[in-house]
Amino acid sequence: MKNHLAMRAAWGTATIAALGAVLAPGLAHATGVTAGTLIQNTATATYTSGTSSGSVTSNTVTVRVDELLDVAVAGLTTTPALAGASNVVLDYSITNTGNGPEAFNLVVNTAVAGNQFDAVLQSVVVDSNGNGTYDAGVDQVLTTGQPTPSIAADGSLRVFLIVSLPGTATDGQTSQVQLSATAVTGSGTPGTVFAGQGDGGGDAVVGASTATQSANDALTAALATVALTKSATVVDPFGGSQPVPGAVVTYTLVATVNGTGQADNLHVTDVIPAGTTYEAGTLTLDTAALTDANDTDAGEASAAGIDVDLGNVAGGTTKTVTFNVKID
Amino acid sequence: MNKFLIAAASGLLATMAAPAVSAQAAQPIELKGDVKVDKVVVENGKEKHVLIDPKVVVPGDKLIFSTAYRNAGTEVVKDFVVTNPIPAGVALAPLGADKLEVSVDGGKTWGRLAALTVGNAAGPQPAQAGDVTHVRWVLPVLAPGASGTLTYNALVR
Repeated sequence: MKNHLAMRAAWGTATIAALGAVLAPGLAHATGVTAGTLIQNTATATYTSGTSSGSVTSNTVTVRVDELLDVAVAGLTTTPALAGASNVVLDYSITNTGNGPEAFNLVVNTAVAGNQFDAVLQSVVVDSNGNGTYDAGVDQVLTTGQPTPSIAADGSLRVFLIVSLPGTATDGQTSQVQLSATAVTGSGTPGTVFAGQGDGGGDAVVGASTATQSANDALTAALATVALTKSATVVDPFGGSQPVPGAVVTYTLVATVNGTGQADNLHVTDVIPAGTTYEAGTLTLDTAALTDANDTDAGEASAAGIDVDLGNVAGGTTKTVTFNVKID
Repeated sequence: MNKFLIAAASGLLATMAAPAVSAQAAQPIELKGDVKVDKVVVENGKEKHVLIDPKVVVPGDKLIFSTAYRNAGTEVVKDFVVTNPIPAGVALAPLGADKLEVSVDGGKTWGRLAALTVGNAAGPQPAQAGDVTHVRWVLPVLAPGASGTLTYNALVR
């Protein structure tokens, strides 16, 4: 009876407001009204009987909207991440397509069928500050078995998988890493009901997504191999090429970097052979002279040996170092 | 003795029913609202619709709201109009909507859905079932004892 009176009182004044109220849920929630919402229906009749007129209101029927458990997972690393010596970040998004706040359990599968190597999972990180990029030391690292924070209905969460290459990976090989997200409340065949476990006091019901979904991101091993060849030419004091005392030996060291990746911090070093003496000022890199001192240029040389710091060298590059020694 | 008991019993029933009767002395019309959910079940490989009590309801489900009416009085009732605002959280289902008299402006104007428009920035647009704010049924005459049920289908938003 209380409902009847309340509805009747509201009826006269609330018709305009009702328009907004009807439209609002559809606008606010792309995937449905919020779990726990009460849908209340009341009909009112007016009539005339004899000379009098009357109106009567029905009882109000109420339906509580239960929680729909649904999820969508997307891999956001659209071109395979290039993995070299350092960790790479794979980017995913988890969207709560249900109608109530829900946390999700994450499972990472690095052994996807067809992989040429299986990446090594380092950590699972959620984009705590919501800026869409991985911030080491800022974004929250999930421990094994720890679910995501609760995601609002229609809300999305970025998840980063930090992975590295296994030692067995070779240049150009590809691999996929699968991230699965499953509603903490439960998953299963659409329509499965978890009584009393819905947000807002109702049940939780598995939706069309089965409340568990997964997506893959890909990575490609971008590695480099380094080959070093050493040759020597001899010029003797007599115009010949005999290795006699006083003859000058020019050593040529050719470093060839192959592969799609790069060789990081590549140094070419050599020791001055016993029985010979380094000829000061003869160190070159790609025919350009280098000073012997340990200074701003790439090379240094001494009586003990030479060291040329080539830095990071991309695949497909050849570097040539030469120096002279005199046979004692 | 038995007769007396029966009489007493019927007297008791009359007493119990009295508040309702007196309330309806001025209100010869009884309205009773109900709701069912239309679930599709697969039986022997065939899809079948069943109407069940709405124990579990999620967005996208089809609800059937009904209002049973009865003229419980002794006089003819005229100009009987049952008005039902569409509750927040549901939209009138497109299927069958064309057979209803509806309003898309909070009950100010009425008509068939196909004849109604809603305004937006681009000007008037044909109204959709989801724009409907109210449904109503108009019955010119209701004889004493006449009854029926008025229903509309709604989809949980």
